[in-house]
Amino acid sequence: MSQLANPRLTPDGLLDEKAMAPVSWRTPIILGVISIVGLLAFVIFTHPGRISRIVVSRSADAIQIGTLHLPSQGSALVLLVVAFGLTGLSFWATLNRRRLGVIPIAFGIVMLFAFLIWAVAGNTGGLPLPLLLSTTITAAVPLVFGALAGVLCERSGIINIAIEGQLLAGAFLCVVVSSATGNPYIGLIAAPIAGALVGLLLAVFSIKYRVDQIIVGVVLNVLVLGLTNYLFSTVLTQNPQGLNNPPRMPSFAIPGLSEIPVIGPALFNQTVIVYVMYVVVAVLQVMLFRSRWGLRVRAVGEHPKAADTVGIKVNRTRYRNVVLGSAIAGFGGSAFVAAALPFTKEVSAGRGYIALAAMILGRWSPTGALAAALLFGFADSLNRVLGNIGSPVPYELLAMLPYLATIFAVAGLVGRIRPPAAEGKPYP
Amino acid sequence: MTQEPENPESPVVPEQDPGTGARGNRDATRPDDQWLRDAMHRMLTSNWLVTLLAIVAALVISGVLIAIADEDVREASTYFFARPLDTVSAAWNSVAGAYASLFRGAVFDFQAPTLARAIRPITETMVAATPLIFAALGLGMGFRSGLFNIGAQGQVLMGAAAATYVGITWSLPVVVHVVMAVIAAMVVGGLWAGIAGFLKARTGASEVIVTIMLNWIAIWLVTYLLTTTVLRQGGSRPISPAVGENARLPLLFGEGFRLHWGFLLALGAAALVWWLMERSTIGFKFRAVGANMDAARTAGINVNMIFVFVMVTAGILAGLGGAAQILGTDKTLQAGSAGSIGFDAITVALLGRSRPLGTVLAALLFGALRAGSPLMQTVSNTPIDIVLVIQAVIVLFIAAPPLVRSIFFLPSPDRPRRVKEVAA
Repeated sequence: MSQLANPRLTPDGLLDEKAMAPVSWRTPIILGVISIVGLLAFVIFTHPGRISRIVVSRSADAIQIGTLHLPSQGSALVLLVVAFGLTGLSFWATLNRRRLGVIPIAFGIVMLFAFLIWAVAGNTGGLPLPLLLSTTITAAVPLVFGALAGVLCERSGIINIAIEGQLLAGAFLCVVVSSATGNPYIGLIAAPIAGALVGLLLAVFSIKYRVDQIIVGVVLNVLVLGLTNYLFSTVLTQNPQGLNNPPRMPSFAIPGLSEIPVIGPALFNQTVIVYVMYVVVAVLQVMLFRSRWGLRVRAVGEHPKAADTVGIKVNRTRYRNVVLGSAIAGFGGSAFVAAALPFTKEVSAGRGYIALAAMILGRWSPTGALAAALLFGFADSLNRVLGNIGSPVPYELLAMLPYLATIFAVAGLVGRIRPPAAEGKPYP
Repeated sequence: MTQEPENPESPVVPEQDPGTGARGNRDATRPDDQWLRDAMHRMLTSNWLVTLLAIVAALVISGVLIAIADEDVREASTYFFARPLDTVSAAWNSVAGAYASLFRGAVFDFQAPTLARAIRPITETMVAATPLIFAALGLGMGFRSGLFNIGAQGQVLMGAAAATYVGITWSLPVVVHVVMAVIAAMVVGGLWAGIAGFLKARTGASEVIVTIMLNWIAIWLVTYLLTTTVLRQGGSRPISPAVGENARLPLLFGEGFRLHWGFLLALGAAALVWWLMERSTIGFKFRAVGANMDAARTAGINVNMIFVFVMVTAGILAGLGGAAQILGTDKTLQAGSAGSIGFDAITVALLGRSRPLGTVLAALLFGALRAGSPLMQTVSNTPIDIVLVIQAVIVLFIAAPPLVRSIFFLPSPDRPRRVKEVAA
């Protein structure tokens, strides 16, 4: 690189301070504050001499690892030292105008472990790590599908607030069809159809009738909620055996992979829904960012006029994406009832909105959505597990975390997030 | 609905192209009944007609659902081809029975033994409409100012929690206590909504996302506070004690009716909002920002300040709705006290086209659905949930006037009917 080409250098070859963006100290300062709070909470105000037990293996696992007995204060201190190190590193990186890269993520993981050790300090049962991970996946699956639906719709420029309704519709039709046929896989085929129908309504109203997409989304949620509640209270309650008695979705263990300690059973001994999820995330990630189709979709979502000029059918692309995305959300709805659970009123319980949050935190990309959904699923599952073994933090406060994280994210407190430029605007 | 709704007087385009034809020529070809045709055209393309037809269409669709779910209908439909009229009459009976009981529960109970019992349903409708009016007024202001506030649910709940806190912990004299409780609800509701306004103004964060998230945070926060001594004070169930006698909104018609002063306050708030939006400087700024944000900024309006103002005002109104629900109707707070007021309020504001009068009427309609549905459930076995369907379908149709026009074969206001001109 020629130095002359760099506009940030003065003719003398020195860095022109005025020409450069001001250094933002926000991230290092936030990390520093969290580290100090963590030091106070997890180390200094923790009862010395307590032991944190962590159960690593289930009795059914092939490879057995004994329960870890960690001294709470000491382990937390070690982790906090690492956290302070990472904070220092982030200060150094900011000072030298380098990208922070994985530092905040690594910091988050370290603090998470410190929190876990603190939360189970002195607990006789210990933290059941395999259970924690498997319920994480269970909780995350509908979120991942919902967030993928959001990604597909919003990348093409249609805001999908109706994820909640699509999950709910998918769960409902899945239960009815699989109960009626006695075959869980036919239910899996029906679930995306229900989601796609909701999506079709969303598309018709927002593309053809140019109604505000947020309005349509909110109203569709109410509509699906009302419809499923109504049908549940009438048709399903009149005939619970025939229509609300879904068979259990069997789990398959993938040989080899499912025997990996700790993470193996959680990731690779699951129902077909989870395996479909892995495939869909991978395929969408590649297709959206590496294929002609993906380029067109993103063009439609960013600058529909330009896309139209080069011959891409904007509204046709949007119709397809909304229906496809909604079908994915509908499929995700089946995860609520995969464990032979009957349908109940409002079985989705606001997960569609968390999926929306996961999509935003994941910055409108499939893998990002997967990571954010896993994070939210982990928060949910940690909350339940801690509730079972006795938690020092109230359930209700932990349950707020995903929503708080999303507000911080959209307010730009943890990095900039930019939605597709043309989202929410009808075309032409 | 970020842009201004259509002009209430639907655009009737003059039947003559400007600049062509002499006046005398036009008068000569003008049919005598032109005024009648114009009036018909104006009526057929009016928003009121669309609203009315949307309600009719929603009732028809819900009627189909009621008929499908009815066991008699399904039984009769098994021999439909032998005696089709049985199915039709069974369907008619179930739908008519459901809607008749809905009417009896919401407006006038013509089977009641006494007059007081007969008119009680209409007061129940007003009770149900009260928090809806408050919350929807705030949302409507937001819609007209270009802000999509989904957060009425959280704001209502936070307002309700604040009113409850003042109502159960403070002890004050007669009038002061209820006034303080109401003020607390206004302050907390306003601050809660103000978070979204502030973040939008300061960082550009989408108010849609922030308010949705704030709704859930509010629910968990109130659920948490109900497990602590702040709101619970003894007892094991997550429910607050009843607010003090002095903190209650007085009843309007005595013990027999639940209608309280909150309803009159709501009507007053509607009038105030009308004045604020239509006659005050700040209201003009609100509408200017909603009509064209860039133009408003160029004209010297501090758009970011307006965002905060609008959200805080909406939050104050929603908080009042929460206060009316607790201090007037419920007396105790639970995590579910806000019910679906916040989400219903969105549909109310949309149906009322964000105007105060329309909002009051829409809130009365949806309040009637709420108030009448329990009787409908007990008398005709139609679950309350059908109300949600009716509401959602009405609003979907309202939002898409072209759809309603095409269903009912109405002329479109965009393509003006032209009188054939005789070529000179």
